[in-house]
Amino acid sequence: MIEVKGVTKSFDDKTILHGVDATFYTGKTNLIIGQSGSGKTVLMKSLVGLLKPEEGQILYDGRDVMKMSVDQTKKLREEIGMLFQGSALFDSETVLGNVMFPLMMFTDMTPAERKDRAQFCLERVNLKGADDKYPSEISGGMQKRVAIARAIALNPKYLFCDEPNSGLDPHTSILIDELLSDITHEYNITTVINTHDMNSVLGIGENIIYLRNGRREWVGNKNEIYTATNEALNDFVFATELFKQVKNYIVHTSTPTRPQK
Amino acid sequence: MIFTKSIANFGKYCLFMRRVFCIPDKWRVFFSRTVFEIQKLGVDSIPLVIIIALFIGAVITIQMQLNFSSPLVPSYSTGLATREIVLLEFSNSILCLILAGKVGSNIASEIGTMRVTEQIDALEIMGINSCNFLVLPKIVGFLFFMPVLVVFCIFTTMLGGYLIAAATGIISVSKYIYGIQTQFQEWYVWYGLIKSLFFSVVITSVASYCGYYVKGGALEVGKASTNAVVTSSIMILLLDVILTKLMLQ
Repeated sequence: MIEVKGVTKSFDDKTILHGVDATFYTGKTNLIIGQSGSGKTVLMKSLVGLLKPEEGQILYDGRDVMKMSVDQTKKLREEIGMLFQGSALFDSETVLGNVMFPLMMFTDMTPAERKDRAQFCLERVNLKGADDKYPSEISGGMQKRVAIARAIALNPKYLFCDEPNSGLDPHTSILIDELLSDITHEYNITTVINTHDMNSVLGIGENIIYLRNGRREWVGNKNEIYTATNEALNDFVFATELFKQVKNYIVHTSTPTRPQK
Repeated sequence: MIFTKSIANFGKYCLFMRRVFCIPDKWRVFFSRTVFEIQKLGVDSIPLVIIIALFIGAVITIQMQLNFSSPLVPSYSTGLATREIVLLEFSNSILCLILAGKVGSNIASEIGTMRVTEQIDALEIMGINSCNFLVLPKIVGFLFFMPVLVVFCIFTTMLGGYLIAAATGIISVSKYIYGIQTQFQEWYVWYGLIKSLFFSVVITSVASYCGYYVKGGALEVGKASTNAVVTSSIMILLLDVILTKLMLQ
């Protein structure tokens, strides 16, 4: 579990996060949503340590990140996997090389063991036959899967995903969402997803944190979001006519679930 | 304003270098990356060095012969002057200015692209010191291979002069060879090699610094690449003056 307590972050004179409180639960897909400029990315970068907040606490299972030594921070980062918006795969490495990279840096596995583990992770994300291809030779959806495979290679306790669906078609987006959800439950990971995608929010949002102007406005889950009374949240999530109709239909009929394949 | 910015940049560069010169996380990975960088930055530069050195060697010989056409000047002076120019300046300073263009822009654009595509962030989140992981093998690899490039350059430039002498007959080959052997001072070779070691560190570290702090997109990567070449060239010229004053006077 990751707890965020009163985190404040400013750039020059502009305050981006105003004392944000949030809890991200283990074994659940935790979503951070909000308009552009609401502070989602800043919050995520603060969580993973790329930015240092001026105030507040970030606790990883009770361990305060702000008070950690360099060695402790390094150790914690070995427990973190991250999926970047643009996948951030290493151009000079093959697909297999990318997944083997964290194993090479942080384990004493033999090359054969590393290869086995990397291939297992690639199979887990349903990616076969692309081992020797370079990132530039595969599609965006495949790159995302490779990035997920790399992120889970070291069996992380915490998985962070920054806009995992950006630039993907709706079908691939749903596949990536389902994959992240499955991995979260299978390995009991604390997964934090930063997203704009309303299909993700309504599909896999087990714990949703809505940020607005750097403040936490609403917390709930994908079922509660239909009955939320927060006007800004409703305007954001149900922005299109289609989503408004879906909301009205669901609120007046039954409990929402994503259609099964 | 510019002065303040320069001081701030220098401070940032020093902090960057402090992160670069740390003990690598995995020595095996460091060595394999260093060998890769030797290949990419050093060995791949040999063709460029050979082409430039051959032609410049020929041109220097022709120009020296034109300038030393007086009967008062010994005929072997052409070879001697060619050798001195090559040993003292061309094979180190000028070569490094040329390599700042090739190697410097390569490094800055590579690291800059890694920055804008979040590959550096990915390394940091994994708990890897990205400065050390990316930059130290480049510095060590290029530093290690630079003397080889300088020696290549010296011999190829001399060969360029020899070939033009043999092909055109502007000076007899025997006089040219006598010229490049006479009054030889070994220290000049060491002087050139030592200078080149300093320059190699400047090229790789400045280019890495420019690439590492890129913000934005492709346009900024291009600007960083240009900045890397301009800044490292100026630094090389400045260092050239300082090192020459220290080592030759």
